Formats: sequence, structure tokens, C-alpha cells
Amino acid sequence: MTKRMWALAATLAVTLAFPAAGVSKAHGGTLNMIAWEGYTYKQWVKPFEAQSGCTVHSKFAGSSDEMVTLMRSGGGSQYDMVSASGDASLRLIYGHDVQTVDPSRIPDFKNFGKAFQSPPNNTIDGKHYGISLQWGPNTLLYNTKLVKPAPTSWSAIYSPKYKGKVTVPDNPIQIADAALYLMKHQRSLGIKDPYELNSTQFKAAINLLRKQKPLIKKYWALASDEIDLFKNGDAVVGASWPYQTNTLVADKAPVKDLVPKEGATGWLDTWMVSAHTKNLDCAYKWLAYISTPKVQAEQAIYFGETPVNSKACPIMNKLSKGSCAQYHANAPLKYFKQIHFWKTPIADCGNGKKNCMDYTKWQQAWTQLKG
Amino acid sequence: MSREPRHGARRRLGGALWRRRWLKGLSLLAPPVLAFLVVYVAALVALFISSLWTVDPFTSETIHHWTFDNFRELWHGAVYRNVALRTVTIAAAVTVTDALIAFPFAYFMARVASRRTRALLFVLVLLPLWASYLARVYAWRLILNSHGLLNWSLHGIGLPSANIAYTNTAMWIVFSYIWLPFMILPVYASLERIPHSYIEASRDLGARGFRTLRTVILPLALPGIVAGSIFTFSLTLGDYITPVLIGGASSQFIGNVVYDAVNQSSNLPFGAAFAVVPVLVMGVYLVLARRLGAFDAL
Repeated sequence: MTKRMWALAATLAVTLAFPAAGVSKAHGGTLNMIAWEGYTYKQWVKPFEAQSGCTVHSKFAGSSDEMVTLMRSGGGSQYDMVSASGDASLRLIYGHDVQTVDPSRIPDFKNFGKAFQSPPNNTIDGKHYGISLQWGPNTLLYNTKLVKPAPTSWSAIYSPKYKGKVTVPDNPIQIADAALYLMKHQRSLGIKDPYELNSTQFKAAINLLRKQKPLIKKYWALASDEIDLFKNGDAVVGASWPYQTNTLVADKAPVKDLVPKEGATGWLDTWMVSAHTKNLDCAYKWLAYISTPKVQAEQAIYFGETPVNSKACPIMNKLSKGSCAQYHANAPLKYFKQIHFWKTPIADCGNGKKNCMDYTKWQQAWTQLKG
Repeated sequence: MSREPRHGARRRLGGALWRRRWLKGLSLLAPPVLAFLVVYVAALVALFISSLWTVDPFTSETIHHWTFDNFRELWHGAVYRNVALRTVTIAAAVTVTDALIAFPFAYFMARVASRRTRALLFVLVLLPLWASYLARVYAWRLILNSHGLLNWSLHGIGLPSANIAYTNTAMWIVFSYIWLPFMILPVYASLERIPHSYIEASRDLGARGFRTLRTVILPLALPGIVAGSIFTFSLTLGDYITPVLIGGASSQFIGNVVYDAVNQSSNLPFGAAFAVVPVLVMGVYLVLARRLGAFDAL
């Protein structure tokens, strides 16, 4: 190679290494959304497009981490909205990727359950950074034929009794499940919130997970993986979402799920608006539309989760008999006390100290754990 | 009239190309070489460059500041060493397995089978490549899981079940299956090229079957085996889908750690640093392969 060719190659390499400045796709009346698969189903997106004149383009993300990465891609102007789960929302808020929204522009906001109007994963110091959407618990799923007696505690996934037949999600936020277990079983650690762990508490949680590892058949990445594991007898007990239970039960698999006596972690999704959106009008129209009882009920039934709008209950029952109670859409406030909703772990412990393990540490520990 | 000068220009160009042969070669080669540089080499260079950057843990933004921190972390982290070792070990095991299966198969195809059988075997070898990679991996999941075909057959002949679903053993089997055609074809090509007279000469000189195989056929087929092993080894080394679908609790490959670094932690530089490892491993492998004469027949 001549000198000139080297120079050419080097120039090319450098040009390619620096990503091109963000190319904005936003133009009049189009919403580019990052969503969980199924969250922008045509059943409710089509009527929205017809009545609002706004076009919806959605990109499905596979994980909360991917959502954060996508929201930041191209300088943050590529996407207008994101259906962020609690383990992503604080990252987006503190990263200044999303903007505050005014709930008074959402007519149905007053019908939301009290726990969902200003939850700590999307509201900070009274400022709303999004509108809550749907939630669900992370349940304990078990095979009713092979797991006897029926479990009542999360100890089922930490006990050697089901060695090699346990499955849990492949997600750093799973550390919170271990912390929740320790919160009830090792009170001397003094864990108050499974997402705010100092280094001693964090180490204890990781140790518990390390002991659990030899019992694990597989850390599942996709809901369909866990369904396969239970259907084929490779797993008999595990941490799950109601979606898997519904699918398996519909398939006549002998499974049941429950919120064990320690309580459970849970997810609460929030529609958030990009700080750089050029379609704020359409975004507000979508926020108002997606909060109406009918759409809330449709999405809940389709996805197997629970709406935050309490008025959705009768419509759910009309769509699928008994579904309101099945998904705890009408549960009393007491029920929510035992659900610890996902939120991004940050260094600030909420007690004025900054000695908690932040999410980067959680991710590192999870990678180390999987090994 | 206006055509005259153009004719002249063309003739002059033709003359220049004729007088300077290298110019002709260059103009023919320039487009592919340029594409190679832009598409291939530049991407590799970008990979190397970004592996020397770091990421701000708070904002996940890339810090363009040269450092070897990523490589230091890789070197000192026992986890990453384990992952790299697991990846290379399984890639090697898959390569050996495929070579052992492919050699007799290719030998039969090249030297024993009739023309029609050979064509049929070719189709059988290539047919799986027409189906999606994912479909084949999922099919293996159905075979290997607890209530799957494997255990069903084992029970049928009165044997206990084999619990190999979602283990590294399962990954080894699936990889060996998926990359087998890439071993069979080069081995077949090298075996087919051995003149029959060599084998006759060996027999005339009193060598029995095994001796002929060991001293005549194997050395001549070795470049083919090594060429095939480059495929099976590098394809396994770079895979990250089969570990997710077939692997168990401790089955991460280098590719999976890279994927998590980019998608979970938004840490592209660390992913790039780890991605350099298979490039280096492959480099060493290719040098060894060259020594063994894998490229002599090219």
C-alpha cells in the first residue's frame, strides 16, 4: 500500500467511526414511537390515526436497555415517544432525554388508580415526566403436577429441591427480586427498598443469586423461552409474568402463578415524550387517547396486563368475562403495597446519602453472575 | 465530424493501457479493492479505534480519550477469561467433531459413491442450508428438551433420559450439526483431487489400506480439512444466537457479552474491545493454517 492509500484508509476509518449527525425523521403529524411489541397494535392505533390525523410509526424494542439506547440515538431527535418501563424511566429523566408533561391535558388522568398518578418511577418532586400506562406483577410460576405442596414463598426458586428445574429472567433488575427476598428473610440487612441497596446489601443479594445459579436451568431472555421451558418439562418453577401463565393455561399446561407472601416486584410502564420532539400536539393526543377506558381495556386484554385507569374494569369484563378481577384491575390499595414497582437503581439512596449501587453496578454484577 | 476526436481519445486510451499493462490491471481491480477497503477494512479499523475509547457511566456517552482500560478490564476479569475460553474450547471441539464426521463422508462421496449417489449426497448435505438457521436451531430444541424426540427414543429402547437440553453439550451438538456442510465440501474437494494412480502406486508398493490412508490420502487431504476447519472454527467463534437459544445458565459466548455491552450497558467501546479477541484468535489460527498448507491449493 502506498502512503496515500494509507491516508485514504485512515480518513475513511475516522469518518465511519464518528456517527453522522442525527437525521431527523419527524415531520408534520407523525409520531415515531419506541414501544414494547404489542403496545401499538393496529386495533387501537388505526382508530387513533383516523380521529387525530397523526400517523404512528413504531419500533419495537427488546429490552429496557435497548429503549434507552434508542431514545439517545441520533442526538435524541429520532423518536418522539417511548413506552418506558420503570427500570428505564429514571435513566431517561436524569439523562434529560424526556420532557415533563402536564396531566391536566389528559382528561382520564383523574380516573387513574391513586398508586399510578405520581409513582416514583415517572414523577420527581411533583413533576410528571410521563403518563402511567399499564402494570403487572412479576409472579412465581410453578407446575401444579410436579411442585407439591404448592409454593407460597419465593424460597421455591432458591431451594435445592428443584435443582436444574428453575428459570428466572435474564435481566439485571432480577437482583431486586433477590433483595426483596432478603428484605423479608434477613431483616438484619435492613433493606427498605429492593432498588436502593448499599454495598453490603447488594453483596448479600448477589451472593443469594450466586447460590441460586447451580439450580438454574436457563436464564430466559424471551417470554416464549420460558413458555417452552415449562411446556417441555425443562423447568417446573420460575419467575414469570402473567402473560406466560395465560399462554400456558390456554395451552392446557398444568401451571399456576401467584404473588408469594414476600410480595413481588412489578413493572409499571409509562408513555414518555422525547425532550426533542417536534410533534408535541400529536404526543398529547396519543397520551389522552391511550388513557381512555376502552383503549386501556383493549390493551390489557391483548397483552395480559393491568390498566391504570380504574374505569377500564367493566369494559374488560365485557371483552373477556372475569378479566378485571383476574388481572387485579379493581384491587384495593393494599394490594399495591406488596408490589414493589421497578425503578432504575441510582446512587442516591433517598436518605440524603449517595452510597447506593447504581444501575451500571447492577449490570456489571449481572454479567459477572452469568459468567 | 464530431466523432473524430472521440475516436482519437479512445485510441489513445487503448494505446496507453496496452503500453502500461499495470494500468489495465489497476483499473480492473480498483472498484473491488475500493469496496474492500471501505466496507471491510474501514469497519475493522473503526472497531480497533473505538475499542480504545471509554463510556461515561452516568450519561452512557462515549469519551473520545485514548486508553487501554477496556483491555485491562478484559485481561483482569476472570469472567471474561472464562467466556473467551469457553468460546474457543467449544469452537475447537466443534471443529474436531466436524472433521471426524466429514472425512469418511467426503471420502465416500469422492471415491466410492456412484455418480448418482454422489449427486444425491450433495443435495442432502446442502439441503439444510436452504432452511433458516433459526428454524434449524429451534428444531434441535424440540429434539433435545426433556419431553423431546431424544428422550422419547431413549425411553423407547429402555434407556434413561439424557438431560442435555440447555447445556454446553447441547451447544456442541447443535454447532457441529449446523456447520458440518462447511467442512464436508472442502474436504470433498481435496479428496476428489487426489489422482487414483497415487493410491494404486501405494498399493503396488505393498501398503495396506490403513497405511495408504495415513501416508498418502490424509496428507493430501489435510489442506481441505484445514480449510474446512477455518469455516467451522470461525463461524462458531462468532456466533451468539445458539448460546441464547440452546445454552443453559453458564453458556455465554464472546458474542453474547459484546451484545450485552452494546445493548444493555450502551458500552460500545467495551464490546469493541472484546470483539478484538476473536479477531486475534482467528489471526493466530490462520497463520497456523497457512503453515499446514491450507492455502497452497488456492
